[in-house]
Amino acid sequence: MIAPTKPDLVTVNIDGKEIAVPKGTNVIEAARLVGVDVPHYCYHPKLTVVGNCRMCLVEMGMPAVDPATKAPVMDPATGKQKINWIPRPQIGCGTTASPGLHIRTQTPQIKDCREGVMEFLLINHPLDCPICDQAGECKLQEQATGYGRGYSRFIEQKNVKPKRTQLGPRVTLDDERCILCSRCIRFSKEVAKDDVLGFIDRGSHSTLTCYPGKQLANNYSLNTVDICPVGALTSTDFRFKMRVWFLKQTNSIDTESSVGANTVVWSREGQIYRITPRQNDEVNDTWMADSGRELYKQVRAADRLTVIKVGNLDSTLDMAVKAAGEIFKASAGAIAVVGSGRNSVEEQFLTKKLAEALKASTQLVSRAGTGDKILVSADRNPNTRGALVTGLISALPTQQLTGLAAAIDAGQIKTVVSIGEDLTAAGLTAAQLAKISIVYLGTHVNATSTAAKVVLPTYTVFEKSGTFVNQQFRIQKFAKAVPAPAGATDDLVILAKLATATGATVPTADLAAVWKTIAAEIPALGTISFNNLPDTGLLLDQTPWATLPFVEGETLHFKPAASAETRS
Amino acid sequence: MPAPQQRRIIFAHIDEPGYTNDLPCYLKHGGYEVLKKAVTRPPQELIDEVKKSGLRGRGGAGFPCGVKWGLVDRKSGKPIYLIVNADESEPGTFKDRYIMHQDPHQLIEGTMISCFANNVKQAYIYIRGEMPHGARILEQALAEARAAGFVGQNICGTNYSCDIFVHRGAGAYICGEETGLIESLEGKRANPRIKPPYFPAVLGLYQCPTIVNNVETLCHVKYIVEHGGDAFTKIGTPNNTGTRIFCVSGHVQRPGYYEFEAGKITMGELLNEVCGGPLPGRKFKAVIPGGSSAKIMRFGERYKGKRKVGADMVDYDWGVEDVPMDFDSLGMIGTMGGSGGVIVMDDTVNMVEALANINAFYSHESCGQCTPCREGSLWMKKITTRMVHGEARTEDAALLKSVADQIPGRTICAFGEACSWPTQSFIAKFGDEFKGYAEAKKTAQPAAHELV
Repeated sequence: MIAPTKPDLVTVNIDGKEIAVPKGTNVIEAARLVGVDVPHYCYHPKLTVVGNCRMCLVEMGMPAVDPATKAPVMDPATGKQKINWIPRPQIGCGTTASPGLHIRTQTPQIKDCREGVMEFLLINHPLDCPICDQAGECKLQEQATGYGRGYSRFIEQKNVKPKRTQLGPRVTLDDERCILCSRCIRFSKEVAKDDVLGFIDRGSHSTLTCYPGKQLANNYSLNTVDICPVGALTSTDFRFKMRVWFLKQTNSIDTESSVGANTVVWSREGQIYRITPRQNDEVNDTWMADSGRELYKQVRAADRLTVIKVGNLDSTLDMAVKAAGEIFKASAGAIAVVGSGRNSVEEQFLTKKLAEALKASTQLVSRAGTGDKILVSADRNPNTRGALVTGLISALPTQQLTGLAAAIDAGQIKTVVSIGEDLTAAGLTAAQLAKISIVYLGTHVNATSTAAKVVLPTYTVFEKSGTFVNQQFRIQKFAKAVPAPAGATDDLVILAKLATATGATVPTADLAAVWKTIAAEIPALGTISFNNLPDTGLLLDQTPWATLPFVEGETLHFKPAASAETRS
Repeated sequence: MPAPQQRRIIFAHIDEPGYTNDLPCYLKHGGYEVLKKAVTRPPQELIDEVKKSGLRGRGGAGFPCGVKWGLVDRKSGKPIYLIVNADESEPGTFKDRYIMHQDPHQLIEGTMISCFANNVKQAYIYIRGEMPHGARILEQALAEARAAGFVGQNICGTNYSCDIFVHRGAGAYICGEETGLIESLEGKRANPRIKPPYFPAVLGLYQCPTIVNNVETLCHVKYIVEHGGDAFTKIGTPNNTGTRIFCVSGHVQRPGYYEFEAGKITMGELLNEVCGGPLPGRKFKAVIPGGSSAKIMRFGERYKGKRKVGADMVDYDWGVEDVPMDFDSLGMIGTMGGSGGVIVMDDTVNMVEALANINAFYSHESCGQCTPCREGSLWMKKITTRMVHGEARTEDAALLKSVADQIPGRTICAFGEACSWPTQSFIAKFGDEFKGYAEAKKTAQPAAHELV
């Protein structure tokens, strides 16, 4: 009955349900697979097991065998092998699947264990849920409701601890709410490799704190807020801003580098309040960098472009497209398109269509930094590989547009369409900008938008849907979280209109239509549509680009090809 | 029937006039002769002698020493460490300190024999932080032993080398728990480890197989290797072999430490005859037989049941005075031999106040790692402190019991049991006193001292 179905699988029995799981799977994860909730606080699937909260206690038993003959002992009542139950409850997180393991989670003893642990956790907890940011997503609240007794027998004074410690620039700690699960300590040590957190004092007076003279200042500090099961660690940015149950969750992608960490954007009434990581075990596990969480601030930034301009005059979309068409006509044959590694695959595809219609050269600006070996890679463009896959470019981009600068100086290029790229940052001088007509599509003011003849405000990543191809050549989708400000137009619409103005035939500017064309024209994306793309993305065949010298070094779940390993 | 005579094996020279703790004195009394012979024997033979002896650990749990040695992972290829647990912290226990203070070479010899038997190349003596004097004596003794070739390189002229380092704790009860001790020795907070997977015999100090033995246990090893396992089984009673040292404190005429064959003396003989009985005009009320975490016994209560004598089961009907002082008899009646710390309370003691004191200790010493012990121990302390210093309620007895019942068996280490058993047993045996404490307080004399 308990024979393993595959060499690496073992069959375990949880509350009477049998399931085959990989050997070594712990009871919490195995129970999840059969729909049994084993409540827990300190256990986190991506951190080491410490077994200190004692919430996941379960009853454990093993099939009985005769000690002398090793023959199974049968239970005459059931006709099955007898189970020897261990009288002491065991922790689910630290108990791993072995052949024939039996687990009970619904017995009176386990109910009593959970009620006891819940009561203990609550007696010194301030119960300030009405003013606590964690309310609504608090494990203590949820499990008190699910497994607690529902009343208090505690009439003594509660412990007093520090209420608002600034652990670092982005994290605020309320020690009274802390249940001492040590997740944040383990995260800092094991994932962020910045072992600055620890407990001081003893017993119930144990207090989470930073090592003297240090701060929780690493670029991953906000993950401790995410994994804090209670409201002890809070984001200084999000603190007291909004109740989480009012927030809409939209799946998105972190655009700060080619890692493509999966995220959730939390918004209400068109305003974004925070960004948190979304689990993708192939990309970012359950983590993301702090720097990526602040990107939403660009949405309502003071330098946001919201007015369509032709020359110095306010304009409308159609007028501006017409003006751009005239510029294109006047400078036919002398046009360059500077695409963007921050655009989506769909936008890059339409950029290519536009460039083809204009018979323009295309280039991309690379944006290289130093990889942190965790979740920020050296390539700070989220979609360099999308430009390769769509055929917008065929070689890796450079940081300086020296070729374009030379062509402008030589008078060969008279018009530049820049998709969100500040050409001065890419090495062009003000004098060179003055020589050409610029059609600028972008979200924020810069030297290029100021010098442009036509300015077409576009959407940030939070205001549109699309896909990026990350460093692993994994195509991942993001969705529109909030509406764009008045005056901005979807990049796809502008690109389609510009291409149409030059007489080209392009698909209508909606994702489904664009994807039909993409699937038809790009073999690598032939079977994909936006709607059938899974939330965790799809790996593309990267062999056509395997020899390119990509800049990324090693990060979580990514090892560069051998040829590029020495760079980074 | 007069009480049996003390049988001093471990404490043979304790308090002996003229006996000093230096090496010349130890050598004069036949010191290190056992080690010299032991290193010429096959190590497995020594292990077999210890297994044969039935020696049970003297730290508190009474786990058979030979079995513990048998569990050590010897195939891993990693070094095996031996740690001497000299963190004697259980309230009421004061036996190891006398060995270390007055006869340190006995411990060093026992340790070296155990190291040789288990192929240990590095041993540590983890001594309690509050015993600086003991640590100094051990360092001095180790220096002498090292100079004489009993510790360190090429012991007694053989190829075998093993050093011993003394490590002082920083003053935490939990460091006596073996995995907590190992964490502390590694330089971390002494948070006990989860078992599985961190059984010291497999993944102990620095993730290597590790043996942790109590000071007294290792001294017994020396005696066993000298006289043979069989000879050792003739001391004491079956399954409770050897002698036990009882540290008697509290309300008796002659508190102190006494070494007897295990199980050959009863509680009554120990307290009334050896220790001279209660103080004048008083009566015994209660006794904790094995350190403050052991469950309390109430004078006047009867313990009945069946016990094994030889191959037969015989009925027993004991009062507190009749209980033989050994692991199994004390375990049978629901308490434990523990560390041998016998704490005696007479009729002047109020049980609520006594428990308040014990609870204050355990809540102070909980490491704070796992929830039931961390929160439960402090809650119980807050309740008993409130009862003593503030408002006592009749329902507090039931609440205390209920809180205590939520702790044992649900924690990482045995501290859960240690902190809850006193409350459980005090309430079970003296429940009326807890329920009536509010009334008793009104007529009580003001306390002479503030409680902790």
